[in-house]
Amino acid sequence: MRPLLDGLRRMGRYPSALVGLAIIFALVGTAVFTVVTIPYGQALELWRGGDVWRMHPVNARPAWVDRIAGSNLPRTIVVSSDDAVIEEEPFVGGNRLRIPLEFDFDYDGFPSELNLFLTSSHTEREPFVRLTWETPDGRELNLGGRRPAREERVSISQDWELERRLGRVPHVGLFAAEPEGDGPPEVIGGRYRLVVDAITFEADARVDADLVVYGRVHGLAGTDHQRRDLMVALLWGIPVALAFGLLAAVGTTVTTLVIAAAGVWYGGWVDAVIQRLTEVNIILPMLPILVMVGTLYSTSIWVMLGVVIALGIFSAGIKMYRAMLLPIRESPYIEAAKAYGAGNARIILRYMIPRILPVLIPTFVTLIPTFVFLEASLALLGLGDPVLPTWGKVMNDAQTQSALYHGFYYWVLSPAALLMLTGLGFAMLGFALDRIFNPRLRTM
Amino acid sequence: MASEPLLRVEDLRLHYRSGNGVVRALDGVSFDIRRNEALVVLGESGCGKSTLAKALMRLLPRNVQHFSGNLLVDGVETMGFSEERFRREVRWVRISMVMQAAMNALNPVIRVGEQVAEPLRVHRGWSARQARERTAEVFGLVGISADFLQRYPFELSGGMRQRAVLAMALVTEPDLVIMDEPTSALDVLTQASIMNALKRIKQELGTSFILITHDVSTSSEIAERVALMYAGQLVEFADAKDFFGEPAHPYSKLLMASVPRLHQEETPVHIPGQPPNLLNPPEGCRFAERCPSRFDRCDRDPETFRIGNRRTVRCWLHAAGSRA
Repeated sequence: MRPLLDGLRRMGRYPSALVGLAIIFALVGTAVFTVVTIPYGQALELWRGGDVWRMHPVNARPAWVDRIAGSNLPRTIVVSSDDAVIEEEPFVGGNRLRIPLEFDFDYDGFPSELNLFLTSSHTEREPFVRLTWETPDGRELNLGGRRPAREERVSISQDWELERRLGRVPHVGLFAAEPEGDGPPEVIGGRYRLVVDAITFEADARVDADLVVYGRVHGLAGTDHQRRDLMVALLWGIPVALAFGLLAAVGTTVTTLVIAAAGVWYGGWVDAVIQRLTEVNIILPMLPILVMVGTLYSTSIWVMLGVVIALGIFSAGIKMYRAMLLPIRESPYIEAAKAYGAGNARIILRYMIPRILPVLIPTFVTLIPTFVFLEASLALLGLGDPVLPTWGKVMNDAQTQSALYHGFYYWVLSPAALLMLTGLGFAMLGFALDRIFNPRLRTM
Repeated sequence: MASEPLLRVEDLRLHYRSGNGVVRALDGVSFDIRRNEALVVLGESGCGKSTLAKALMRLLPRNVQHFSGNLLVDGVETMGFSEERFRREVRWVRISMVMQAAMNALNPVIRVGEQVAEPLRVHRGWSARQARERTAEVFGLVGISADFLQRYPFELSGGMRQRAVLAMALVTEPDLVIMDEPTSALDVLTQASIMNALKRIKQELGTSFILITHDVSTSSEIAERVALMYAGQLVEFADAKDFFGEPAHPYSKLLMASVPRLHQEETPVHIPGQPPNLLNPPEGCRFAERCPSRFDRCDRDPETFRIGNRRTVRCWLHAAGSRA
């Protein structure tokens, strides 16, 4: 085992190995962090989408894109009645509430959407709610009245009647100065106020309101068409990709190696069977088989992993390992081992395989990203695990939503960048290891 | 001769297939060795010495065509043993072996100490920790410092490696150690010190040795018995004193005459011709073609005759002796 340790020590001399290792450690560290902070169950729950994300904008780009571009696009503002100074006027059989929802809006762009979430604690009679919009320049707009259910979502953005009145979609019109001519609308900065006037018809009934002014940028990764924060998928993609890549690489390499060694050691019909199986397996196309399994059976990532490993067992590697092991079988120390009574398993596992391990380690390291890419390709083809957030899934969503056509570059680029980073890390490490463990390459 | 010899080999035959036909590498070899005895097997290259060593350990080549004879260890016939039983009960338990090219017989990626301990782990199921102490002990016996336990084979000199391989052969305390060309690749000084180590070990442990070599002078150092092979057959088997003093077989005589001696005026003799091809050995005596004493009986395969105490010769010239 000493050559291995020596080799690892020698890595310090190869900057590419250090960079590769740094990338891999960063990925592994982030993966551990992710799995600890967003447990598996929670990640699946989040990725399923739905109400958890109602406070998030749709298709918002990452906040740093905005910073780099030098623009000042709106972020999401949530104004809750819990923080507002509520005026209360009780009367017989009811209560009159005035909830002013105030917020400062100092951005260069218009929000992407405007929603009001109303919660009422009535038991029988719904309260009556009237909404008034007050702009910084002193205008007051009546947004109409309604009788909310216990949980009501008032989509101000989708109020067609209001849109007709404003001449623009509400989340633009409400933030724009009075239109002058045909020029593009201009944002007015300053303090906005949505006053919720509620009349409840039950003495102890309350009304709570949450106003959400959806921004156009969100977090580090942006959001997708289902308001999901892409960060969840980008982060969870790391452990999934690493685990898939590593397990597939280990699974195929170890089984292939042991089978090749057994074939070489026993020779005869064992070797013949292994060689014929390999030859048949080499010409089987892997991707179509995976597509078939995914379509007809299951797209669970574990099933895919199993199929990938199963197809990888009798892979072309067997031919290579066999060529490397054949001279070792004939070497004197193997004969000596046989002479002193080492059993077949001992000879294969303890003498033959460790001899070629140093040569295999670089190959093994560079094999990991190919399986990461394979998993992403499957997801991109729509055969990703249906519940798991992965990079491939993000790209698949981006593709089905025509992200590039709509200019949502971040949606495609960020998972692609992470995939490339993973590939780069393992490749840099693998190539450096190749030079360390196969010194003959160094001088050439 | 009352007690059973440690190892008795009777009519051992090993033929294997090659591209051109069947090679009769061993064709009826019989000998025995007692406890605490050093037997030197002499012979030219290609006479079947190494094949004999491997056949005794039942390390047969993959292309073996015929393997027969009797191999009695302490009077117990082992030819009938299954491969597994032979592995568990004979190899390294009764007989161990130092391979030819012993310097390459160490796995380059395993520490010497670990490797020497391997037979203990395989045969006695000892843990690495248990084996370490015994390994250090054996290292002392063969004359290597225990510091070398932690080294890798490439860090050892040729002589050290040879000793390490010897240590590996001795670690399970076998009754017999077969050494195939143990000193061929070493310089004279190292050869001598290894021979001395062998003598000492033989004295201390009472181990028997079979030394397979073509080096007549070095082997005469330790030899108590000598077996001379020619073309897959044993031509003479005798006490070392008798053999070196008064060789009986014409081949033995010529061989002894061919050994160069210090301060000797006459040039060493060389034997004209070459050994017969084992693919198709000639009828009759295999040495006949090169034999100066050839006569008409030599056209028939000679029998092995017993002449004197524990001495046999496969030559018609000694037909006066009793048939062995």
